[in-house]
Amino acid sequence: MYRYDQYDQAMVDARVAEFRDQTQRRLDGQLSEEQFRPLRLMNGLYLQLHAYMLRVAVPYGTLSGRQMRMLAHIARKYDRDYGHFTTRQNIQFNWIKLSDAPDILAELATVEMHAIQTSGNCIRNISSDQYAGVSVDEVTDPRPLAELLRQWSSFHPEFTYLPRKFKIAVIASPTDRSAMRLHDIGLELVERDGVVGARVFAGGGMGRTPMIAPEIRDFVPFGEIVSYLEACLRVYNRHGRRDNKYKARIKILVHEMGRDEYRRQVEEEFAHMKTLGLDPPLAELERIAAQFAPPPYEAGLADEIDLSDRDFAQWMETQVKPHKVPGYAIVNISLKPIGGIPGDASSAQIDLIADLAERYSFDELRVTHAQNIVLAHVKKADLHAIWRALEAADLATPNLDLISDIIACPGLDYCSLANARSIPVAQKIAQRFADIDRQKELGELKLKISGCINACGHHHAGNIGILGVDRKGVENFQLLLGGSGAEDVALGQIVGPGFDENGVVDAVEKATDVYLAHRIDGERFVDTFRRIGMAPFKEAIYA
Amino acid sequence: MNILTGNDLATGDVIWWTGEDWSLHVDDAVDVGDKGEEIAQAQAAARNVVVPYVIEAERDGTGIRPAHIKERIRALGPTVRLDLSLKPADPSAGNWVI
Repeated sequence: MYRYDQYDQAMVDARVAEFRDQTQRRLDGQLSEEQFRPLRLMNGLYLQLHAYMLRVAVPYGTLSGRQMRMLAHIARKYDRDYGHFTTRQNIQFNWIKLSDAPDILAELATVEMHAIQTSGNCIRNISSDQYAGVSVDEVTDPRPLAELLRQWSSFHPEFTYLPRKFKIAVIASPTDRSAMRLHDIGLELVERDGVVGARVFAGGGMGRTPMIAPEIRDFVPFGEIVSYLEACLRVYNRHGRRDNKYKARIKILVHEMGRDEYRRQVEEEFAHMKTLGLDPPLAELERIAAQFAPPPYEAGLADEIDLSDRDFAQWMETQVKPHKVPGYAIVNISLKPIGGIPGDASSAQIDLIADLAERYSFDELRVTHAQNIVLAHVKKADLHAIWRALEAADLATPNLDLISDIIACPGLDYCSLANARSIPVAQKIAQRFADIDRQKELGELKLKISGCINACGHHHAGNIGILGVDRKGVENFQLLLGGSGAEDVALGQIVGPGFDENGVVDAVEKATDVYLAHRIDGERFVDTFRRIGMAPFKEAIYA
Repeated sequence: MNILTGNDLATGDVIWWTGEDWSLHVDDAVDVGDKGEEIAQAQAAARNVVVPYVIEAERDGTGIRPAHIKERIRALGPTVRLDLSLKPADPSAGNWVI
């Protein structure tokens, strides 16, 4: 776990005091909305469809039981008893009163949390692998680098007003659980000749112009990553389009400039940066790494688990993943109950998860980009007790990576940018495929829904993606097939004309029928799509 | 008819112009005709409403219905959590949006 140092705490406390004054001046009428809006956005406070929405940063999705409990407290005291976990591993509260916002930020600051840089044209929350530090296939824990980048990017004076928002993901495993190449910059830590460094990908993203980030450097030594990123950002900051917000992301720059020319300019800038001595000293890297030292695992634990209870065995099969330490396991907690709202958790559920983290997982938990929660260090002997506790709280749905484990943005039910509702579509699809045996028969199938072209629901990266659009005041849903946010990254292709809400649910079912009819040798949905192409799906869907 | 809407400065609540003040209920809205922008500017200047704007709506036997689905959702609350809406006891309220 990361820990604030005196500078972190002082900065956050000062920002709370500053925002309290700004808010009071707005409420007193001394500031207009035009003057106040950028100030509240710099503190993560949006005005959404029904109320103010506060987006709280969760660095690389990692937090403690105490921090999680504070989120439950805020939901209970200041909101409507729930929070919404997001695809950037953050949490949002949907019903905040402006007059309460400074108090909320003050309470968050007591547990080393804030909402700074969760909005605006700056470097946003650094995201990472929810299995960091415990995955069997990683070369190192990616979070010390993510933490270093958090410190580097927080209040960075040169990158506070970029052409557009900027999102960075860090992974350290060949398995990509962070949609790394669909970020403005994606870093994959690798080991070459005994030295750890990063492959660097730049210019990816979803939104109205989705692009997969090309590789621009196959290896940057660990100690030079900050100055390399500084160079990447400088070139973007210099040339990024400020005249057109729809062309302002780095993906447009890299595409229009060309990867080779962008890379040439970055290398030129990097050579200059290296002379400035901006890279962190080894002692600081070691200090950060020590914060992420493995917890005191017990040795010699038993591996046997009694699977005689069918429901428990089913949960084990989908929700529990291998841990690198014998006797331990990784537990995925689904925030996708059938018919529920993806990513939402009640105060009581958040408190319960905090309890479980404290009691069974070395007081640590992670938020995933798929809007679920992970307990990363669970003794196998405790799995049954955890399952029973989760089941009692409606948190034990065994659907990880199955068709009902749907990423969905808040859509038109909450978001002022959306054109169509996402949540009801997610609910109807989950209900259509509610039978868990049917879901398991379909196997891994990642379905993602966005309520507008901004793609907060990652529809481009869905094996099945759904995009809600507005057709003359009526919701219409486009279907996409073949996308992936994983290491086999791909952008989904639009099938054809869109559907109404019920029609798109039918179309999803027809697509799964085509898959079942054509799959061979245990292929996943996306494998079959890639092998047979769009035509059979299109034919069946529009028959 | 044209009606005026915005969000309450302190709470963020969706509000509707009644001719004299603001209401949480769209049925209290009045037809502002072609005076909407003028009223909006005056109310914004008074700084108790955020970004007021004019929308189209219809009055029928049940009340006032904004023309666009987005404004109907704003008027009701989330269709997926009617317990958080302005009509938590009415299970058919969500149908009004569609």
